[in-house]
Amino acid sequence: MSRFRVPGRGRVNPDRPVTFRFDGRPVQGCEGDTVASALLANGIHLMGRSFKYHRPRGAVAAGSEEPNALINTRRGPGRAEPNTRATMQEIWPGLEARPQNCWPRLSFDLGAVNDRAYMLFSAGFYYKTFMWPRSFWDKLYEPVIRAAAGLGVSPSEEDPDTYASRYLHTDVLVVGAGPAGLAAARTAAEAGLRVVLVDEHAEAGGTLLSEPQARIAGLPAWDWLTAELAALKALGVRVMTRTTAIGYYHQNMIGLCQRLTDHLAELPADTPRERMWRLRAARVVLAQGALEKPLVFDGNDRPGVMLAGAAQTYLHRFGVRVGDRPVILTSHDSAWHAAFDLQDAGAKVAAIVDTRAAPPAALAGEAQARGIRVLAGFTATATSGRLRVRSVRVHPVSAGTVGAGEEIACDCLLMSGGWTPSLHLFSHTKGSLAWDEDRTTFLPADTPEDCVIAGAGRGLWGIAATLADGAEKGAEVAASLGRGASAPALPVEGDRTGSGTSHTELATDRSPSRARAFVDFQNDVTAKDLRLAVREGMRSIEHVKRYTTNGMATDQGKMSNINGLNIAADALGRAQPKVGLTTFRPPYTPTSFGAFAGYHRGGHFEVTRRTAIDPLAEAAGAVFEPVGQWRRARYFPRPGEDMDTAVARECRATRTAIGMFDASTLGKIEVVGPDAVEFMNRMYTNPWTKLQPGRCRYGLLLGDDGFIRDDGVIGRLAHDRFHVTTTTGGAARVLNMMEDYLQTEWPELDVWLTSTTEQWSTIALNGPRVAELLRPLVEGVTLTEEAFPHMSVAECTVAGMPARLFRVSFTGETGFEVNVPAPMGPALWQRLAEAGAPLGLTPYGTEAMHVMRAEKGYIIVGQDTDGTVTPADAGLTWAVGKAKPDFVGKRGLARPDLTAPGRRQLVGLLTEDGTTLLEEGAQIVLDPAQPVPMKMVGHVTSAYRSEAAGRPIALALVEGGHGRMGETVHIPMPDRTIAATITGCVFHDPENTRLKLAAPGGDA
Amino acid sequence: MAQAALRRFSGEALIEEAGPTGMVTLRGTLRSGAILSAVQGAVGLRVPEVRRAESGPRGSVLWMSPDELMLICEAGEAAGIAAGITERLAGEHFLALDLSSARSRFRISGAGAREVLAKGAPVDLAPRAFGPGDLRRTRLGSVAVAFWCTGPDMFELICFRSVADHVYEWLCLAARPGGRVHLY
Repeated sequence: MSRFRVPGRGRVNPDRPVTFRFDGRPVQGCEGDTVASALLANGIHLMGRSFKYHRPRGAVAAGSEEPNALINTRRGPGRAEPNTRATMQEIWPGLEARPQNCWPRLSFDLGAVNDRAYMLFSAGFYYKTFMWPRSFWDKLYEPVIRAAAGLGVSPSEEDPDTYASRYLHTDVLVVGAGPAGLAAARTAAEAGLRVVLVDEHAEAGGTLLSEPQARIAGLPAWDWLTAELAALKALGVRVMTRTTAIGYYHQNMIGLCQRLTDHLAELPADTPRERMWRLRAARVVLAQGALEKPLVFDGNDRPGVMLAGAAQTYLHRFGVRVGDRPVILTSHDSAWHAAFDLQDAGAKVAAIVDTRAAPPAALAGEAQARGIRVLAGFTATATSGRLRVRSVRVHPVSAGTVGAGEEIACDCLLMSGGWTPSLHLFSHTKGSLAWDEDRTTFLPADTPEDCVIAGAGRGLWGIAATLADGAEKGAEVAASLGRGASAPALPVEGDRTGSGTSHTELATDRSPSRARAFVDFQNDVTAKDLRLAVREGMRSIEHVKRYTTNGMATDQGKMSNINGLNIAADALGRAQPKVGLTTFRPPYTPTSFGAFAGYHRGGHFEVTRRTAIDPLAEAAGAVFEPVGQWRRARYFPRPGEDMDTAVARECRATRTAIGMFDASTLGKIEVVGPDAVEFMNRMYTNPWTKLQPGRCRYGLLLGDDGFIRDDGVIGRLAHDRFHVTTTTGGAARVLNMMEDYLQTEWPELDVWLTSTTEQWSTIALNGPRVAELLRPLVEGVTLTEEAFPHMSVAECTVAGMPARLFRVSFTGETGFEVNVPAPMGPALWQRLAEAGAPLGLTPYGTEAMHVMRAEKGYIIVGQDTDGTVTPADAGLTWAVGKAKPDFVGKRGLARPDLTAPGRRQLVGLLTEDGTTLLEEGAQIVLDPAQPVPMKMVGHVTSAYRSEAAGRPIALALVEGGHGRMGETVHIPMPDRTIAATITGCVFHDPENTRLKLAAPGGDA
Repeated sequence: MAQAALRRFSGEALIEEAGPTGMVTLRGTLRSGAILSAVQGAVGLRVPEVRRAESGPRGSVLWMSPDELMLICEAGEAAGIAAGITERLAGEHFLALDLSSARSRFRISGAGAREVLAKGAPVDLAPRAFGPGDLRRTRLGSVAVAFWCTGPDMFELICFRSVADHVYEWLCLAARPGGRVHLY
């Protein structure tokens, strides 16, 4: 049995010893221990080094609020977790726990030199000291500071664990399985509601686990707890332990992270490490309890200085006496019970030091009966001890004057500054807080969510009061859901109620400017830092927080925020409610990325949309690229070809014979109804009234701001029916925009829309010999220039398949797009490939498509436009129906800035050496000799090597570009400046002669 | 064209690819007499209530939105049904389109079926909240889907064709042995 284990106490199993490693050495604990309780059972208080000053630190709490005892847990490659609270991590045989932020070892840490220089590291130190020269910040100051300060180290290997996620809907969620939560769950469940009860600890019970002396309904507290949990189970309540409510989101959506394997020695097969529950509750009961406040005095952070309530938990829940000779330092009644319990467990309490002049007589009497020395109306001004507290210096305080000091030897110092409700989740709901002057703390007030607070979370104290409140809140929630419920009264014996006072810093006889009185242990923020921040002009509590980093560590100020507020308010000379509390944000405790990612990893990290023809492209060895969520064949390399060679060959084949392209990803929308043409007139810039059925037109879509949003070829299938195509990435956006206008702006129009994107496989065929290929395969349309001219559409059959055939071109060659029902796409592709082989048919990918469209100056929305380009900027004024009474964006286009001179306009660029390929995104300047920073007048939007043009080509947006034809501009690159000439956008066949269809039997 | 073998996976639930399915999108005023009789004539079913599906021997009708239904039928019948509705509703303002190729259909069945769906869909899948005939247009993971309950622990699900592989693999992942927590 370990030296500090108390026989007969605690809920750990002394018959099941567990050996794990801490700081490289074996440590023995019991089944049921946390790392912290097992270390304390062995008399080890030193568990870590602090963030900034590398001061030795021990566990100060026993729960998830622990700021100091952070460890790195490890279970082989990839299974390492930094910043784990030793107070929450359960031990298992073989667990490897390492302290953080210390080198070379925990007991001798070189970084502790920072502590000697602490005067340098006060609030705002970084901002003030490392301002100049600016360039030193990124390269020198920041890396050095980051290396010196900091907590755990992230693992670099891939995480071999799996993570699950789950949605759950329930009537009532109760957060916290202490007395209030248990009672609320019981009452709501008895009213017939579906109830989920969660608790972050390994077992339910909350305070009851630390107060076995109480008797509830005639039963010892722990027996009552066992019976109560059985009753909840029988009622169908889902009780989940090791489950943290990490965030409270809109409409009662609560994120729950359930830890499934971190406490197990052997990882079971097929079990995820964590499961993220996304739970939607009709009502939420927050029964998270209260957190004990530390006292703020010089040396309050030494190992061995801990919260009195934590000592009580270690004793009762884990059977661990945190020291043999404790001193209690308190401003609240609750710590007195810790003294009594420890004395009863074999410790010799050196003194109870109460800051109050007159603590309750009953407590003083009990202390006297146990022979414990009581110092009432005292303060503490210092502690001693390097790696463990050795003594505390106490003084009487009389009328504000600090009297002569006395050094009291101790091996632990148990402090209590009173209790403050755990407000985190309530804060997530944007709930308002009300200041409670008696308790010197904020209590939850109103929240927009359907949520109630029960128990210590709203300032109630003691088991009887919280049980009663929980039952009442359970009944209240049931009633709000239309269920009658009764809140049973449970008699409680041995309850410990009490009260206390609150302090800023404890009174001291020394210079406060030399005191190392910590408020935020994890971020090493002292009371002095907070006062300095106020002196230096911070007035808002949010500024004080950021300047000092108080409450900004991984514990989010669970222990420090209220003390920080009290001190800042005192320094500002304003009442606390006027200063306010900083906002707590999700997650409640640090949560693994794995839990958030869930199934979204590996192949499921993101959705990949594939066309029906995609498997054929893959079989043909295509190289793919992502376009939106789609993957598209970029090029089809032959053996030995690189991208440039393959793309050049694909372009050449298309311009001399036939190129075949999978265009299935293009968005398609069916627009149907008697008002379809009017709808199209209003949506698109172009006029549609005169477009005859069987004909197509290029359509341009603007936002109401007048900027280009999308484009595509639109076919009129019938008087009342259009086949609209959109860009690949814009499909969903355009349909949403159309529905939006139809439903909210023009409900009088009789039009129906539906997406047909996925209904069709679309194969584009381009090239001078394309008619030769198609004529034998197409039935129902005569493929001549007269019968089916450029920009025609027809429903027909192609290779025996029902098809919508478009005569369109995005390459400048004679072009067709064949749409067949999606599953027929692969068969059509193969049929065309076979029939086209003798004609030189070659499949091409998106890269060749890009090259060929750029050679013709056809824009790609989103590449050559960026959301600030008007039709005139893009040279598309011809597509705007100026005579139309209205269309989306017409009014926007009339804004003065959209017609002002000097706008960036789309032009062609040819590098003057005739061989250099520009980089897409490169900036353009007029005068390369001007000093840096240069005036940038535009950028390159597209750039390709072009065989058709015989040289590299580019498109660019240039200020006033349409008026600069023939001018030279300059593109500064890291190693040189490139000169280029502004040209028109069309680099190939400007007369469009190649769009024409050769007569049947004629030469191609 | 040769029909590829339909995929199936048996884990905590049985995941089955349903294969070619007739699907006709019908947009119009759902409560109008014309639409009611057109649907009745096409598949012999009533127009379903909000977030409900009607099923019968000739197929199913799914509520898709306040002005949209989907008729599910044999693969070969969709074109005829769309044409029949178009003929019957001549003069009305509506849209009826055979979109059988746009989507894929899956069956999810077995004791773990509800939990498989609950892993990815923000829907209350408790039997008392989601029983036969109930339907949701929602998402599974990050993909838009619709699913409806066809019997005790039996569901059908449709999604766009381009994400069918992703959805099938997602369903198999969610149905892997050991993943149940016995929620329902």
